Amino acid sequence: MLDETAVSARVEDIIAAHLGMEGPLLPILHAVQLEYGHVPQAALPQIAAALMLTRAEVHGVMSFYHDFRTEPAGRHVMKLCRAESCQSVGADRVADHARAQLGVDWHETTADGRVTLEPVFCLGLCACGPAAMVDGRVVGRVDEARLDQLIAEVRR
Amino acid sequence: MKIYVPRDAAAKALGADAVAAAIETEARRRALDVTVIRNGSRGMIWLEPLVEVETPAGRMAFGPLCVKDVAELFAAGWLEDHPKALGLTADLPWLRGQTRLTFARVGVIDPLNLADFRAHGGMAGLERAVAMTGAGIVEEVTKSGLRGRGGAGFPTGIKWKTVHDAPGAQKYIVANADEGDSGTFADRMLMEGDPFTLIEGMVIAGLAVGATKGFIYSRSEYPDANVVMTEAIRIARAEGMLGQSVLGSGRAFELELRVGAGAYVCGEETALLNSLEGKRGTVRAKPPLPALQGFMGQPTVVNNVISLATVPVILAKGAEHYAAFGLGRSRGTIPLQIAGNVKHGGLYEIAFGLTLHQIVNEIGGGTASGRPVKAVQVGGPLGAYLAPHQFETPFGYEEYSGQNALIGHAGLTVFDDSADMLKLARFAMEFCAIESCGKCTPCRIGAVRGMETLDRIGRGDAAAIPLLTDLCDTMKAGSLCALGGFTPYPVMSALTHFPDDFAAHAKEAAE
Repeated sequence: MLDETAVSARVEDIIAAHLGMEGPLLPILHAVQLEYGHVPQAALPQIAAALMLTRAEVHGVMSFYHDFRTEPAGRHVMKLCRAESCQSVGADRVADHARAQLGVDWHETTADGRVTLEPVFCLGLCACGPAAMVDGRVVGRVDEARLDQLIAEVRR
Repeated sequence: MKIYVPRDAAAKALGADAVAAAIETEARRRALDVTVIRNGSRGMIWLEPLVEVETPAGRMAFGPLCVKDVAELFAAGWLEDHPKALGLTADLPWLRGQTRLTFARVGVIDPLNLADFRAHGGMAGLERAVAMTGAGIVEEVTKSGLRGRGGAGFPTGIKWKTVHDAPGAQKYIVANADEGDSGTFADRMLMEGDPFTLIEGMVIAGLAVGATKGFIYSRSEYPDANVVMTEAIRIARAEGMLGQSVLGSGRAFELELRVGAGAYVCGEETALLNSLEGKRGTVRAKPPLPALQGFMGQPTVVNNVISLATVPVILAKGAEHYAAFGLGRSRGTIPLQIAGNVKHGGLYEIAFGLTLHQIVNEIGGGTASGRPVKAVQVGGPLGAYLAPHQFETPFGYEEYSGQNALIGHAGLTVFDDSADMLKLARFAMEFCAIESCGKCTPCRIGAVRGMETLDRIGRGDAAAIPLLTDLCDTMKAGSLCALGGFTPYPVMSALTHFPDDFAAHAKEAAE
């Protein structure tokens, strides 16, 4: 469990650092997520009050965007591109393989909490697909064998 | 000795960081004086990591390299008889065939070295612009014939004139770097390989319309580009390219990088503006145009990265020089992004007018799998699938409209004959359903009904085909933006040009 007083103090600092921006809500949500790996529910009323918004409005913004999490992800996040260019070179096959090997579906985390599997629509690596991103690191030409290597790395 | 190892994300995805580290280690081991420069990519993605060594004759290319090649290349002295040697970079046919105006420096310079940028012609456009009136700059851009490279193809100069003429206490320049279309990566390559050019173009736009503040709206899927762009903005500010007095002109321009949060629809300009303001990325009805009431209700130029990054060369070399290239009303050059199942994929900048056959079969070398080309999707997930009988269509805005297609951001995704067009049509609807902002009914509900209807066709229900056509008409005519409005392009083109893929299921079901 997160210590609520500590979260509140840290979120206050984050808000203060962004308050001078025009349209600060997304940068604040990104910064909070960078800090905690997700956006704790407790932070929402605090952000809402600082920006003179309702809590519902902040929730509405947060839930609109695929990136923001209400719960922490696994220790590693593996994103596989599902878009057309990657499909043309076998991304569907690789994705099926990943789901079978990890034993999870999209947006799920393995039982040991190590890996979260996510779809992504385009990493801009369309001439060297199928593409993946593991903890922010890009990987190209991911076939089944390369995927097994990546899984072995994150399971270590 | 100078060795260039790209820092472009595609090169990194194929092992460039490890190669760069191996080069530094090996150089140290041999006590050689080697400077490793992390440049952008030359655009030959199938040869990445493509490493270049500076020689008296010019830069010599080697690729694709892996870590184990490095020690061997040092031992052999990086000579041209090595199996991975490609010859002088400048002589490679892929580069010789191009007209690089927007991408002139990408892959050539150190992206974060402002002196290198200047030495290769950077800043010349801005230096000319600071001495011009806003109206004069707008006139120059209008004369160049530059049109929006994001896909809509609206004349950039006319958009700028609207913002220039609009009254407003604070005007803004927004670079749309939310490059979410599959098959496109030009914005990413430019930001990673020559970020100062985008900054230069935005400052010029600011001087032209009287805006003193700019935003680059980038993507969370582009962490490498965001690192380079952030550092470039810091350097530009420190060197007086940004700030209270741009290049000592007394005119101000400030710039901020913002990062989206995984919503495709935010590549639509009004959704992007809402997102920048800190709202849900829902689409706004037009009018009012963003040019009149954009960010925070103020007059705003929203341009694609490539449009803005093309402005400096237009100012530096003159509108006539730029307009001399191209075809019909598509003036200048276009950075084609050749992607998907293709042998030689990458970025190829050339004047408008090439046929799809030339692009895919000659430049791209056909499919990577070696099987016949079945279809090419041009313009991302909202673009049409073109069939081989359309491959003589010249690359241009109007020429593609004539084929019920669009050039979009000039990304081309190649498919071989194993592609199932019904499945791809369903994917187009699924993608629209996932990414719909929810504001208008034809897109929000239509995409879901589209998936269901395509599933019926997949189960062999041929009676659902007219229903799909009707639904596509409704989405096309009734949607608020291009997401719902253009999803019918891939769906209907798949149905029209590849009816067998739709009928096959009906036949199977009947048997």
